[in-house]
Amino acid sequence: MLNYVFRRVVYAAPIAIGVTLLVFALLHIAPGDPINAVAGPDAPADVVEALRRAYGFDKPLPVQYLLFLRRILSGDLGVSVATGRPVSGELAAAFVNTLVLALGAALMGFVAGVALGAAAGWRKGSITDRLATLVSLIGVSIPHYWFGMVLVILLAVEARWLPAMGMGTGLGDLAVHAFLPALTMAVIPTGIVARTVRAAVGETLEREFVQALRAKGLRRGAIMRHVARNVSPTLIAVLGLQFGYLLGGSILIETVFAWPGAGFLLNEAIFKRDLPVLQGILLMLAMFFVLLNLAVDVIQAWLDPRMRRA
Amino acid sequence: MASRVWRPVVLACALALSTFGARAEGVLRIGMTATDIPLTHGAPDNGFEGFRFTGFTLYDALVNWDLSSADKPSVIKPGLALSWSVDPADTTHWTFKLRPGVRFHDGSAFDAAAVVWNFDKLLNKGAPQFDARQASLVGFRIASVASYGAPDATTVDIKTKMADSFLPFELSYILMASPAQFEKVGHDWSKFAAEPSGTGPFRLEKLVPHERAVLVPFKDYWDETRRARLDRLELIPMPEGNTRTAALLSGQVDFIEAPPPDTIPRLKSAGMQITSNPYPHIWPYHLSRLPDSPWNDIRVRKAANLAVDRDGLKELLGGYALPAKGQVLPDSPWFGKPSFDIKYDVEAAKKLMTEAGYGPDKPVKAKILISASGSGQMLPLPMNEFIQENLKEIGIDVDFEVVDFTTLTNRWRAGAKADPNAGVSAINYSYATVDPFNALIRFTRSDLHAPNGVNWGFYADPEMDALIAKAQSAFDPAAQNEILGQVHARMVDDAQFLWVVHDVAPRAMTPNVKGFVQPRNWFLDLTSVTVK
Repeated sequence: MLNYVFRRVVYAAPIAIGVTLLVFALLHIAPGDPINAVAGPDAPADVVEALRRAYGFDKPLPVQYLLFLRRILSGDLGVSVATGRPVSGELAAAFVNTLVLALGAALMGFVAGVALGAAAGWRKGSITDRLATLVSLIGVSIPHYWFGMVLVILLAVEARWLPAMGMGTGLGDLAVHAFLPALTMAVIPTGIVARTVRAAVGETLEREFVQALRAKGLRRGAIMRHVARNVSPTLIAVLGLQFGYLLGGSILIETVFAWPGAGFLLNEAIFKRDLPVLQGILLMLAMFFVLLNLAVDVIQAWLDPRMRRA
Repeated sequence: MASRVWRPVVLACALALSTFGARAEGVLRIGMTATDIPLTHGAPDNGFEGFRFTGFTLYDALVNWDLSSADKPSVIKPGLALSWSVDPADTTHWTFKLRPGVRFHDGSAFDAAAVVWNFDKLLNKGAPQFDARQASLVGFRIASVASYGAPDATTVDIKTKMADSFLPFELSYILMASPAQFEKVGHDWSKFAAEPSGTGPFRLEKLVPHERAVLVPFKDYWDETRRARLDRLELIPMPEGNTRTAALLSGQVDFIEAPPPDTIPRLKSAGMQITSNPYPHIWPYHLSRLPDSPWNDIRVRKAANLAVDRDGLKELLGGYALPAKGQVLPDSPWFGKPSFDIKYDVEAAKKLMTEAGYGPDKPVKAKILISASGSGQMLPLPMNEFIQENLKEIGIDVDFEVVDFTTLTNRWRAGAKADPNAGVSAINYSYATVDPFNALIRFTRSDLHAPNGVNWGFYADPEMDALIAKAQSAFDPAAQNEILGQVHARMVDDAQFLWVVHDVAPRAMTPNVKGFVQPRNWFLDLTSVTVK
């Protein structure tokens, strides 16, 4: 097991370097001048050039990349062109805020998805299956941006049960403010997890070992534990991917709910062509995916020894 | 004996009641369109919304704007400078007399040395306080300043590179930050932004980037008629229009900028106050005058101006627009007497097109660069589609290239000749027309094309240049207004742009918000506002 983990960690290092190169290259190839975007509209050319030099954008691209790499390795993600604040500080606060939503959405989505999928898979072809499938289909089809706005209209504006936007102040306030955006974000993972679990449970129940367990007289609960063990590697992979999606795919939800997370920051950085912030966010998201995949691989290997031997 | 007991009690009660009467009134929470709190160090970003909320709240300039009236054009007035004058013998030499006894939020004194220090932060690259970013945001506004000095504590001398009668307007954007505070935070503008110190009616109490800024009244503000009455002013970034509307309706904020027009009936039915007022803003097509431009024939330009159904467009915007008659508002002191009357007259437009040799069978083809959204751009997609239909009717076939607002700004700055703008014959970019330079000069003076300025279409008219030079040398306000009126009339008679509408800046607020005056300006005075 330790060898397996060590091998996965070693494979992650070149992936990380590759990610930094890709992030840097893509952002610099994209059209739009980062300095022109933040300078005043009538700023004269010499002032814009001075600003370009101050941020190092006048250097050749390979030099800029090496300086960028050197800074990352020392934990310095640079300074925001738009605000002058350190990028690492901006990202840390934003990622924590996004993590709050992602954890809430993951909890809601995964619990609901597993419950729906398990119920549908156990009773394939029944009315329970059809209803659960309908709910999961709505989950993956519905535009969550629109769904979020509908929830705001119904629960915040009309009923005044919940706040419409923002994070509030204090921990209790945070939970109340996070509920609607987290619920909105949970819709797609609910649908995807439910469909995955339904298929996996249904397929596992048809295997010979399950018939053998039934023949031995095992009760439903015990059989489900065996089924769960067999389904879990697939489920862990999907949950991992979905959690990554929740962390990275929240631009629309965070904008609708004015939630100051990574998606909100990314949206702002794109419009302002704030390259240091963009690089920082994309790098952190990519690295998080790398680490998340590593964690998923390790957990899968722990759950299913066959994967260690593969 | 009884009176000895009761007198202090009565006095104590009177004191308590008097302070109760003097208590500040309420918390105003504002939903801004900005994606972040605008910079708080004295050179705000996020355009004029930044000046509105973290500029003129925290700071003053030597020259301020009069924001007290909703009924007449907003003009400049003394701010930190009590008066100013130009030397008749040398019209490049200005003297500003400063207001005595003014203090910054940190308690240090405002004086002429502080003014020089603030000019150095924008113009003197060798000064420790020089900041390239601030220079790029506001430094260009005082591009005509050659030198400056402080002969005594209450006098500032400014020399300009050439006669520039617009200098007082230009100085209204240069906000005075505290040198003492800059020293205290270790010469770091980021730290200064977290603990800013200006002379404005509010001071910053708390800043949480991307979330909230909390401003509280500055009790020792120099203008006693403008001491803030609120307990607290909170600024919250909410770039999405529907989010702002929902936040107002659900009671999370008290005041929102720019509610989407189609939400206004809902807001009204919920008892919200809706304010609007024409202000110095214009939404035009800025036309190219390069040799290959289809707009070089004045008959085509005039025809396009006559083809737009501005009243119909106003209806599309829920009534929240003012049909344009030119670059500036019709009652602006710079409107002048143009002979070309901009109105909706399709027949006259078609006649002009026929005279020019065009029509539905031989249309003019034009590609216009537009954005999907952006500050001051109103609702660009439906508005442009509306105009496209209008122009098609008279034989002008318009094609759009739609870009995001940052790209639009980059290509606007680059000028019509730049490679990315090849094939583009007009740009739809809205303009603030607050002061003479921004309203008229920067688009009409022939040397102010890229990279020196934003005469995007490379318009060049020697007579216009001569008029502008004359205006710039006219130091009597009445004479200056008269000449600027001639500049504007010439612009309109030449149909330099396709002028469409002026925005009216709709805002929505709860019925509890009292004392709000929406001036005819991009900026606001929130000191008179209370929340009951």
